[in-house]
Amino acid sequence: MHIEIDEISKAFGTTAALHPVSLSIPSGALVALLGPSGSGKTTLLRILGGLEFPSSGRVLFDGHDATGLSVQERRAGFVFQSYALFRHMTVFENIAYGLRARPRALRPTRAEITRRVTKLLDLIQLPDIGPRYPSQLSGGQRQRVALARALAIEPRMLLLDEPFGALDAKVRKELRSGLREIHDETGLTTVFVTHDQDEAMELADFVVVMSMGRIEQIGKPQDIRARPATAFVREFISG
Amino acid sequence: MSDTPLAPLQFRSAIAEPRAARWALIGIVVLGLGVLLFAPLIAVFAEALTRGWAAALASLGNRDARAAIKLTLTIAAISVPLNAAFGIAAAWFITKFDFRGKAFLITLIDLPFSVSPVVAGLCIVLMFGANSALGGWLVASGYPVVFALPGIVLATVFVTFPFVARELIPVMVEQGRAEEEAALTLGASGARTFLTVTLPNIRWALLYGVLLCNARAMGEFGAVAVVSGKIRGQTASIPITIEMLYNEYLSVAAFSLAALLAMLGLITLLLKTILELRHADQIAATYHH
Repeated sequence: MHIEIDEISKAFGTTAALHPVSLSIPSGALVALLGPSGSGKTTLLRILGGLEFPSSGRVLFDGHDATGLSVQERRAGFVFQSYALFRHMTVFENIAYGLRARPRALRPTRAEITRRVTKLLDLIQLPDIGPRYPSQLSGGQRQRVALARALAIEPRMLLLDEPFGALDAKVRKELRSGLREIHDETGLTTVFVTHDQDEAMELADFVVVMSMGRIEQIGKPQDIRARPATAFVREFISG
Repeated sequence: MSDTPLAPLQFRSAIAEPRAARWALIGIVVLGLGVLLFAPLIAVFAEALTRGWAAALASLGNRDARAAIKLTLTIAAISVPLNAAFGIAAAWFITKFDFRGKAFLITLIDLPFSVSPVVAGLCIVLMFGANSALGGWLVASGYPVVFALPGIVLATVFVTFPFVARELIPVMVEQGRAEEEAALTLGASGARTFLTVTLPNIRWALLYGVLLCNARAMGEFGAVAVVSGKIRGQTASIPITIEMLYNEYLSVAAFSLAALLAMLGLITLLLKTILELRHADQIAATYHH
């Protein structure tokens, strides 16, 4: 799905989290929002997912105005920073949650839900952890379960907030290629937020460098490395 | 440098005090618990049984005692669910939304802790008593509040208001909003999110709050004493009846009722402990991710 961000701004009280920013994300792209904390990258991601509403501007999905769509209507697969798995539910129930939450007419049958959850557990290469609780999983496993839960609703796009933030370096590397594979397999337009420039450069088709609520530069990783547009970008990617 | 022989290593925990200090501290705690908690409790039961089981049970079967027990259970049955609902709503509002005046609202919830129950009772008398416009109209319409069940319930609800909210707020703050947001992104409605995500996550804190609220509701004296009018057999709850019997030197009857009230409190605590033991794993899982 093509995502168009048209002059979106966001203020919390008197502080501006986002100055008007515009961004076009082509269908099927894997895009990184890269910047230090306080740069507005998470706010922008949450606006795409419908968890925050912009103070001004529009969001367009495939050319249709989606600004007023509720979080449920967006159908965005969202992976939270600390995964936000439902701690009182098993992994199976976590992944099945979105399917069971559908209105009765659209809800898959019990057998169909089981089939889909099993398939997703295979996709994240953790076929046997269905009966376990989140507290019994490692950080990397939790992250993959959160990804499977987001994919279960057959989302129109995938939004990830610091998906590798809480993991150690080795697991991080593995999961990076895991996300790339899942993206390539599903073809979903994917936006992820990170403060780690290596992660952004290695994984993304396009990198959007942000600072202080503004977009500093948009480009392919190699272009940003070769020709940083502003002093901030030069300093940030060299650091 | 290694000429001086090393003193033999002693393994000592960094957080342990010397033996004497440990025993002194433990002794103080045991003594304090014994004098302040266990001895009075035993005394209540001993006093109730000075003339034997038959006399104690007979005093509980007395018409006024039965009315008091029934009234107290009715008070708890009405005010505890009300406060559970209020408490969940208040905690939900405070922890899941940002708004101005949040600190003020939290203070307001704590108000019943800092206001004397007698003052609370007097406020209700002033508001709903026969001398006020509202109270006069209510009495004329046949729904008296003061010196009747509604006033007693109002007073109890006021005094026990903070218990549920106070238990829930820290748990809900610690759990944050991420799980609710995740449920919404997965397509769940607000109501479904509350029922399937929020409520299961707070159920142990809620249970604890409800049990404490219940214990306090059954035992409330001050506020109820003011609004009830202490009409024997009608508006005298267990604590009020105990005081009246005691003032009339009916000590077996007074202490039998007191023992019953203490028993209700102990059963509450016992229930909580049993539930905690049985569901230790789940409690750990919902409190620490």
